Amino acid sequence: MAIDPKKHEMPSQAPEVRAHNFNEVALGYTEEIALAEASRCLNCKNRPCVEGCPVNIAIPDFIAKMKTGDFEGAYQVINTSSSLPAVCGRVCPQETQCEAKCTLGIRFEPVGIGRLERFAADWHNANATEKAKAPEANGHRVAIVGSGPSGLTCAGDLAKKGYAVSVFEALHTAGGVLVYGIPEFRLPKAIVAKEVETLKELGVDVQTNVVIGKTLTIDELFEMGYEAVFIGSGAGLPNFMNIPGESFKGVYSANEFLTRSNLMKAYLDDPDTPIMKGGKVAVVGGGNVAMDAARTALRLGAEKVYIVYRRSMEELPARREEVEHAVEEGIDFQLLRNPVEILGYNNPENPRDEKNGFVVGMKVIRMELGEPDEKGRRRPVAIPGSEYVLDVDTVVIAIGTSPNPLIKSTTEGLEVNSHGGIIVNEEGLTSREAIYAGGDAVTGAATVISAMGAGKVAAKAIDEYLQAK
Amino acid sequence: MYKIVSKKPLNPTVTQMQIEAPLVARKAKPGQFIILRVDADGERIPLTVAGTDPEAGTVKIIFQIVGGTTYRLNEKEEGEYLADFVGPLGRPTETEGIKKICIVGGGVGCAIALPAAEEFHRLGAEVTSIIGFRSVDLLILEDEFRACSDRLIVMTDDGSYARHGNVTVPLKEMLEAGERFDLVLAIGPGVMMKFTTLTCKPFGVPVRVSMNPIMIDGTGMCGGCRLTLNQDGKKVTKFACVDGPEFDGYEVDFDEAMSRGRMYIPYEQHALERAKDCNLLKEG
Repeated sequence: MAIDPKKHEMPSQAPEVRAHNFNEVALGYTEEIALAEASRCLNCKNRPCVEGCPVNIAIPDFIAKMKTGDFEGAYQVINTSSSLPAVCGRVCPQETQCEAKCTLGIRFEPVGIGRLERFAADWHNANATEKAKAPEANGHRVAIVGSGPSGLTCAGDLAKKGYAVSVFEALHTAGGVLVYGIPEFRLPKAIVAKEVETLKELGVDVQTNVVIGKTLTIDELFEMGYEAVFIGSGAGLPNFMNIPGESFKGVYSANEFLTRSNLMKAYLDDPDTPIMKGGKVAVVGGGNVAMDAARTALRLGAEKVYIVYRRSMEELPARREEVEHAVEEGIDFQLLRNPVEILGYNNPENPRDEKNGFVVGMKVIRMELGEPDEKGRRRPVAIPGSEYVLDVDTVVIAIGTSPNPLIKSTTEGLEVNSHGGIIVNEEGLTSREAIYAGGDAVTGAATVISAMGAGKVAAKAIDEYLQAK
Repeated sequence: MYKIVSKKPLNPTVTQMQIEAPLVARKAKPGQFIILRVDADGERIPLTVAGTDPEAGTVKIIFQIVGGTTYRLNEKEEGEYLADFVGPLGRPTETEGIKKICIVGGGVGCAIALPAAEEFHRLGAEVTSIIGFRSVDLLILEDEFRACSDRLIVMTDDGSYARHGNVTVPLKEMLEAGERFDLVLAIGPGVMMKFTTLTCKPFGVPVRVSMNPIMIDGTGMCGGCRLTLNQDGKKVTKFACVDGPEFDGYEVDFDEAMSRGRMYIPYEQHALERAKDCNLLKEG
């Protein structure tokens, strides 16, 4: 049988429709498409895709189950390696991981592994009736700080081994960046809630409204009887550009803008938590978070949304698929541009004018690419005298975050690097015995799956440490 | 869920509640704040801790009814529950080395100033308290301040009670008379803290102010609470939730902070109207 050279297309909402709603963009494979796509897998002997997966899912094995129509079996294969299959199937950058290694990809398009994973997970969530069973307790207790992707993964892996695991979350809902950061149209919150529910069925105790470093310290967790702690507290304070005008009303960090819309549900009609909707919006930055913010602004009703990025399309760090989606939806990419000042309204006649202090524009300067920097990326250089003003009334700054100081400042002996990231060895162990860490708290802003990989590595190390004790 | 153990109106627009939150009660110190949500899908609002009872596991909050969320909070009764209550957040009031302090409280800010005054009193400092209100109807906590202050001056803007005028008047008199404090701690509306700072400036008296910007997470994630400090001629961005809420009054850009605080006023008015409408419907 000839192999279809192309990956089956993902059925999606049409761009002109989805740009105005918060429903999920990608609709998922049908059973028929899933079977057809699964049949493209060569089930090759050396299994390079597994190497490409940060949590080493037995990819050919789950696809083999799918080929026979055993979707629940496929899910169970994934579930032994990943605690969040429905999440990973949606937000992993498969094109640079498992799919980049796929043997089929040498001559054709690789197998749509991510799409198949998503199908298996969604099939399970829609059809499985049996609840996950908590395994026999092994008598050890572990505390997890943060309920984002690294924390949930670490919790899931340890719970499956019989550990009594408590997850402490600072916000009122579990999920971390999966609920406050990634928008509904990319990752529906019901899916995150379902994954958290599955972990609870495994016996994981999730406590919201507990800020480790404030409500309780890490040392108090040990006093309470936890024998090991995993810190997955995520990225922290948003970075600003340090240009004039960043405090005008209408300037948001991407964290704030997305948190208002996602976690606080400001995208609903007449929400309790306000957000500036409509008008013209400039999003500064070129990563996945910038794409999320721009596409959120559009769905909130903006008449025009710009991405302002200082390099060119080739250097955009966001996932290709996200950039393509954004372009299709009508986001205007102002490339090789750098903001120099945000302009605010000021009525000199009336200091009490209600419009005073609101954003009325952003001055940007054109850039050109110069010599490559130490990372080999061509450095953007400003073209003198090329400034002009973008007419906008909201600016969202998506240029990264710096680590949160709360845990470091309250945990003696916990070493951090010059950027404030927690220092760990290859097993996720910090400078303190029995304290492990992973995810953005260690690396700075990165991907969901790399955080999950770190949670997995730490879970294994914690298990070995406690079994040897 | 967090139980409302007691509820007491302090004046027609200000209410005091004791909330059952043992972990917060055990940790909270004067100057720190909590964030609460009244119900699911509600807004997160920060409120400074007005007192704690670690044995009973309760935290005292005092709030003014200004928007939809505080209106709905005020509708909750003793025995009912709040959806979320997290803290303590922010840094506590710094007390070290302060032997003589002047606490300046304005309006509902007095609720936050009181635990600071009590703490300095407990530590043996000489406490002068100046508390000001728009009028006698809005007066709160006078007896409590009297109990922990070596000297208490009450002011009303309209002269309806005690001394007529705003809080900077007696402060200026004392400073002009040669009185010096190790610290003036001002807690209240932005404009009151700004003018307290300006009053102290010619005398070189250190001033700290407690900022209350708009916040969401309160843990150093969203950056909404940022404010600008002028430090040695340089503008520095700080976050009230993790770097504050108390800052050196001489460094704070009050005008910017006050402007940012007004960002959502039309939304807040709408939310308040909506909450009131909702209440009317309920009463039918």
